Amino acid sequence: MNNVALFDYLNLFLYAVLPYVTLVVFFLVSIQRYIGHGFTYTSLSSQFLENKVHFWALVPFHYGILIILGGHLIGFLIPGQLLVWNSSPLRLYVLEITGLIGGVFTMVGLVNIVLRRLTSVKAQMVTTIADWIVLSVLIFQVGTGIYTAVFHSWGSYWFATSMSPYLWSIVTLSPDISFVTPLPYMVKMHILGAFAVIFLFPFTRLVHVLVVPNPYLWRKPQMVRWYYDRKRIRTTEFETPKH
Amino acid sequence: MDIRSQISMVFHLDKCIGCHTCSIACKNIWTDRKGTEYMWWNNVETKPGTGYPTQWENQDKYQGGWKHDGGGLKLKSTGKGKIIANIFHNPHQPTMDDYYEPWTYKYEDLFNAPEGTDQPTARPISMVTGEFIQVEAGPNWDDDLGGSEVYAQNDPNLEGLSEEQKQQLSAIERLVFFYFPRICNHCLNPACVASCPSGALYKRGEDGIVLIDQNRCRGWRSCIAACPYKKTYYNWQTGKSEKCILCFPRLESGQAPACFHSCVGRIRYLGVLLYDADMIDEMASKPENELVDAQRDMIKDPFDPKIIEAARANGIHDSVIKSAQKSPVYKYVKEWGIALPPHAEYRTMPMLFYVPPMLPVMSSFDGETVKTLAEGIFPDFDKARIPMKFLANLLSAGNENHVRYALRKEMAIRHYRRALTVGDIEMDAALKLLTEADCTPEQADAIYDLTSLCTFEDRFVIPPAHREEAIQMTRDPLEHKQSVGFGLREEPKRGA
Ligand code: HEM
Ligand code: SF4
Repeated sequence: MNNVALFDYLNLFLYAVLPYVTLVVFFLVSIQRYIGHGFTYTSLSSQFLENKVHFWALVPFHYGILIILGGHLIGFLIPGQLLVWNSSPLRLYVLEITGLIGGVFTMVGLVNIVLRRLTSVKAQMVTTIADWIVLSVLIFQVGTGIYTAVFHSWGSYWFATSMSPYLWSIVTLSPDISFVTPLPYMVKMHILGAFAVIFLFPFTRLVHVLVVPNPYLWRKPQMVRWYYDRKRIRTTEFETPKH
Repeated sequence: MDIRSQISMVFHLDKCIGCHTCSIACKNIWTDRKGTEYMWWNNVETKPGTGYPTQWENQDKYQGGWKHDGGGLKLKSTGKGKIIANIFHNPHQPTMDDYYEPWTYKYEDLFNAPEGTDQPTARPISMVTGEFIQVEAGPNWDDDLGGSEVYAQNDPNLEGLSEEQKQQLSAIERLVFFYFPRICNHCLNPACVASCPSGALYKRGEDGIVLIDQNRCRGWRSCIAACPYKKTYYNWQTGKSEKCILCFPRLESGQAPACFHSCVGRIRYLGVLLYDADMIDEMASKPENELVDAQRDMIKDPFDPKIIEAARANGIHDSVIKSAQKSPVYKYVKEWGIALPPHAEYRTMPMLFYVPPMLPVMSSFDGETVKTLAEGIFPDFDKARIPMKFLANLLSAGNENHVRYALRKEMAIRHYRRALTVGDIEMDAALKLLTEADCTPEQADAIYDLTSLCTFEDRFVIPPAHREEAIQMTRDPLEHKQSVGFGLREEPKRGA
């Protein structure tokens, strides 16, 4: 077998097989964990133990990553509209700079998260190997992301034309790796990093993202739970006999 | 009208001796696990003092509870918008430093120390990090006014007192203090429940106990900031919040909660109140000086046929209504009007009420005789060592009338009992005092009995839980035979 064929197989594995392995693991394990070990779905906050660096770590990280993920989602869902938006250079710059700022925020947050966990003895008491794996992978992912944004501009433009179709080809179960194979090395690293993050989700604290508050915005302030059907049980017809 | 039943409590502050037995009973049962060492679901504070966590009553700092402005009733800092914006970092969440770092001692050093000229010592080690620590504060560091310049003088309830009053409070020959035991108030309008983004906190419909569903809690920590009494706690090990459960497993089997059961001073009373849940919003929105009355208005007469009918229609069992009729809490709060809700101005409608302490020392000893400070026999509360304003800030949202009313009645009963048993006070004078204190001799006897001669059954009138019925009626137990028993069980282990 020559090298070219080997690379073909490797590409096929990385971009057409791996995404499915990742997704299947993600869904199956997340659901299994929710049903079997629902107790472990929590943010595992450590603000209680260390509150000085906490703000400068968790806040920039989360606001940054949510901006970035939002951007990726837009590129994935409405690539056409994105291209229209980008047709004016000014708007393209605004978008790119917002993205870059988001990326930098995320990275600053991540670095602070790592420093915080290295320096606070109390925070170390609740730091696990899994935390270090998650943080390393996230740093890798955000690092390759920022590199891509700076050196392979304009991301918001080519994402719509090559990444979005690739992702859709995955979703529609007809993986087309021709969109990704010509991409630069760093971008490929970023794609593989994404699979790693998704793969890590169900095994780590990242599950907290899956249970972000949802009925909250709609529900009434007070919650009451009854142990018995009030109307059915406690009416006189069911009353216990009087002695 | 939406009549519900609520297991409620009265703590009689005149009887509290500050022994902390309640706290220890609770700790041994519920909070001796990793991550909960620092929690005291039940704690006893010295007042004046800053309490636990330090300065919990300072809502400028912690921003807990509700506020009422033009737009209605709102959570102070834990409304929906603010919780979502602050979910990654809550600026008002107390941290371990606000409570204390739990510690134990390295006892093995006492046995393993090599022979030497010094006595071996057991140095304190942190129960969080396992390292040696310098102990700087504890949950009751200000017991009996210890370190009062740091603690007592920073009590938030001193607000509104004159400079003179504040200075007198720390003058050595005028020192005064009392104990203030606290548990979760199992509020009618709980801020903790309202703030939870996951809907993990709830009130039990049958008895009003406020609980945190451990499987639903996601560690967003909003309840910690929301509860103005700081009675939800974050378990740093499991990443879940926890709180006083009013020993519901004990209550369901007819036993008093551990802190009630173990109380040496027998200061604790427990019983059912019937209240109208439709009135919560309106009553919690009243102006501050009307809040105590508003809360009393919500509590309904369990003998009133209309209330009984409404309670029945709402599924409240006859046995629970009967229990409400015997409730000692109803007597103290409604009939006699001498038990008051702490910090009603937080607007959570706490269902733990306090009988204010009659501690004003109103006599002095000049070396030979004891002199009453007040002219005549009726004490002048304004000459008492503890300013009425202080008690009012703590127990009646600043409205001194309620505190005066309660204290006057308690004092009148003392005179009346003295006239009866010692006889050095004219009965006519005592009866006059009773009338002035809005009390009849019958009521005085009843208050005296329940305060001084109360048995276990008088103090704890626990309504039957009827859980047996609940399970049988909603599900066929035979259906569950040989399957999972009482539901899936999972060890409360921290996730990765
Ligand atoms: C709206 C969605 C999200 C919410 C509400 C949320 C909330 C939280 C909270 C409350 C914490 C605990 C912070 C503390 O220690 O007090 C946390 C930690 C963390 N979150 Fe999120 N998060 C969200 C999205 C994400 C996303 C998208 C990621 C990354 C893919 C992420 C990664 C992390 C990580 C790695 C930590 C641990 C940081 C550390 O090591 O201290 N979160 N999150
Ligand atoms: S005292 Fe605090 S924790 Fe208890 S019910 Fe009221 S608001 Fe909730």
